Amino acid sequence: MEFFRIKKDIPFMKHALIFNAISFITFALAVFFLLTRGLHLSVEFTGGTVMEVAYSQPAELAKVRETVSGLGYPDVQVQNFGTARDVMIRLPVQKGVTSAQQSEQVLGALKAADPEVTLRRTEFVGPQVGEELVHGGLMALAMVVVGIVIYLALRFEWKFGVAAIIANLHDVVIILGFFAFFQWEFSLSVLAAVLAVLGYSVNESVVIFDRIREAFRKYRKMTTHEVIDHAITSTMSRTIITHGSTEAMVLSMFFFGGPSLHYFALALTIGILFGIYSSVFVAAAIAMWLGVKREDLVKPVRKDGDPNDPHAGATV
Amino acid sequence: MNRYPVWKYAILVIVLLVGVLYTLPNFFGEAPAVQVSSAKATVKVDAAVQQRVEEALKAAGVTPDFVALEGNSVRARFAASDTQLKAKDAIQKALVPDASDPSYIVALNLVSRSPVWLKSLHANPMYLGLDLRGGVHFMLQVDMQAALTKKAESYAGDIRTALRDKSIRHGGISREGQNIDIKVRDEATMTAARNLIADQFTDLQATSTPEGTEFKLRVAIKPEATRKVQEQALKQNMVTLHNRINELGVAEPVIQQQGLDRIVVQLPGVQDTAKAKDILGRTATLEVRLVDEGTEARAAETGRGPVPFGSERYLERNGQPVIVKKQVILTGENLTDAQPGFDGQTQEPTVNLSLDAKGSKIFRMITAENIGKRMAIVLFEKGKGEVVTAPVIRTEIGGGRVQISGRMTTAEANDTALLLRAGSLAAPMEIIEEYTIGPSLGADNIKRGIDSVVWGLAAIAVFMCIYYMLFGVFSSIALGVNVLLLVAILSMLQATLTLPGIAAMALAIGVAIDSNVLINERIREELRSGVSPQAAIHTGYERAWATILDSNVTTLIAGLALLAFGSGPVRGFAVVHCIGILTSMFSAVFFSRGLVNLWYGRQKKLKSVSIGTVWKPDTDTAVAKTN
Repeated sequence: MEFFRIKKDIPFMKHALIFNAISFITFALAVFFLLTRGLHLSVEFTGGTVMEVAYSQPAELAKVRETVSGLGYPDVQVQNFGTARDVMIRLPVQKGVTSAQQSEQVLGALKAADPEVTLRRTEFVGPQVGEELVHGGLMALAMVVVGIVIYLALRFEWKFGVAAIIANLHDVVIILGFFAFFQWEFSLSVLAAVLAVLGYSVNESVVIFDRIREAFRKYRKMTTHEVIDHAITSTMSRTIITHGSTEAMVLSMFFFGGPSLHYFALALTIGILFGIYSSVFVAAAIAMWLGVKREDLVKPVRKDGDPNDPHAGATV
Repeated sequence: MNRYPVWKYAILVIVLLVGVLYTLPNFFGEAPAVQVSSAKATVKVDAAVQQRVEEALKAAGVTPDFVALEGNSVRARFAASDTQLKAKDAIQKALVPDASDPSYIVALNLVSRSPVWLKSLHANPMYLGLDLRGGVHFMLQVDMQAALTKKAESYAGDIRTALRDKSIRHGGISREGQNIDIKVRDEATMTAARNLIADQFTDLQATSTPEGTEFKLRVAIKPEATRKVQEQALKQNMVTLHNRINELGVAEPVIQQQGLDRIVVQLPGVQDTAKAKDILGRTATLEVRLVDEGTEARAAETGRGPVPFGSERYLERNGQPVIVKKQVILTGENLTDAQPGFDGQTQEPTVNLSLDAKGSKIFRMITAENIGKRMAIVLFEKGKGEVVTAPVIRTEIGGGRVQISGRMTTAEANDTALLLRAGSLAAPMEIIEEYTIGPSLGADNIKRGIDSVVWGLAAIAVFMCIYYMLFGVFSSIALGVNVLLLVAILSMLQATLTLPGIAAMALAIGVAIDSNVLINERIREELRSGVSPQAAIHTGYERAWATILDSNVTTLIAGLALLAFGSGPVRGFAVVHCIGILTSMFSAVFFSRGLVNLWYGRQKKLKSVSIGTVWKPDTDTAVAKTN
């Protein structure tokens, strides 16, 4: 089998401007939704109590809501979780009431209304933990960005490092934009997914950059334009197959992983789809705008024994 | 060119064997067991306890699969749950005659069903996190400011005594927050006081400020000493928590320090959060009283008479009764520290107590009046008192520093100090994070996690085999090996596997296939440009390697960032993610090459390889066009 029977290099870079415009619009939309709607942060970030209870019959949410708000909690969220029988209740942090009292009180009230109810899970997070998580998340993001730029700068050229990170941060913002638009719950595992996507789609850009470097060496007469087109075309097959396989895994998590992995898989799916787009159409284009030249990658000095360069001496 | 030397194959075989060996325990499942562990800091679980357990089981006519001493507990495994319950009753009866004062915790537990020979290789199943096995998790924040304030209070007392000993006159010592202010009249006194503090209190630092005609000496705890105080406070709180949790009879509680001022408590299998919280938050009390040494009391001590009015009978730790007066001299609140040590002259092991200002004043008074008599330190827990130690008062003790010595081994001194300290928390704690996971949810999570890994793996393997034919089969086997090694390493490290960890495992497989796709596509490309099959395999692997390395390093950077800054579920994800990247490099490149070499390497005149369609454009130069 061979899906990709491409006869000629596809002139991607001719349309680079269009691709960049599309990215920019998506990006702007994502930022807009992030600013106007904001993320629906999970209890891990905001602090508060989450309870998951299971009924033997499909639960009536309105009744559950009534029972819980009857206890004097003003801002209660009650929703189904996974199946119709499972209900998730979110309570905000309340001063003067400990988490234990909160969850017991609620469970007691629910039991009074329907003795069949069982507690599946409770979670309480104090407000100070949330702040730290946000801080930790941002630090992790910063470390990924700096680490990747430095690595790519050493391995290739700073322009590639910058291009890759811009392209992939744009993915991250778009994922967040989706979560803001649909008001999906942004939890710690989603954060992990977002950062994993960052590493994963950078690796996509790396594969293309690798090809660009190789093509610069191999085809000395090609222009930068053509080299990039060639690199993208020749890695196309691999890009689609790899991402397809990863996506198969992610979908498997989406369908079999249950509600706990639902948003994790969703974040990965969006990340993978936009990851393909951005590394193919955006990263290389940015590198081009930044003015990547043959001389940047094929340095005569490099020929004699740079231990980091596996292709040293491979130029013809 | 496509041959591995023997040693490379040897490495592959050894790695595979080790991988299989350490993955094996995960397949045996778990069997019911009874676990016996110590309920008191002073009771050790050793081979003697193991023997007692064995004898108790024999007497009850229950045959265990085995009885083993592991770390600080004895475990007996059984074939079925009803024998487990019967055995628990038998062991409980034999080891814990007095249920109100247990020396041992006898708890039901699950242990791996894996055979003994695997255990002896330290091959254990993966350690499942709470979200997979159910239980309670707490994160407690220790109020370090309170610990420092308490310490400053005790230093204030110490300084007061030291100044008096040296006859340095001061105009009042007071604690201001975590500092101690000493007022002095003139400069000479100030210098004297300052020198004294520099000499005797190495952990303190004094700075002076003129205040009108007088001087104020502000004493602060040095930063490094502050750190030490905080460390000790944390450690003491952990010890206290340990003692309290022991009562819950949890088989494998986890009590860990997190960061500088936090403690994580995980109680697998416990569902009753309210009771757990109640026990964690309880305070044990310590009381210092005088021993009643009247004739009636003596008689009561030996059991020949009633306990006199105004006294109570308690047992010492060695079981000897002591008659103690009801009047309380001091409580644990006045005790700021208890440390084991050695007597300066006799080199005997001692326990050194520090009392706060109020405590020292009372203590001096009481000791002055009762020289030659005994006093008892009683620890109350669950409303039951136990005499920790009952020393004889030799001299008047002023200054709040008390030394208990005589007839003690070093170990006993350690235990006594621990018990005295454990009576109270060094600093108040607050629960800042808590979650409970029901056992059914845990089982669901395991099933869901495994389902996603298996189905995803199957989908990828089927596709690879169809698209890349034999090379796809090699890639799929390599992928399987990747999972095997990942599970083996996680089992070996006994890292906690959580649901996000399983997700990371699934993701690792999705990412690992990238390397094989890269290799296979490269080989096809080489074949397309007309290179001989053997050379195509060689260059395909060679060229793909650089790309694989680059892309894995970038993914690893993200993984390490998560590991460094993440907490809780993110960490669980990151650990598996990072290990997965490393194993994938081994399996996708080194191992799959081994398979390819084994299959094709010996064929000198290889005409074609089974890697699916190698489609060639009409003109060879179309792709790599040259202008």
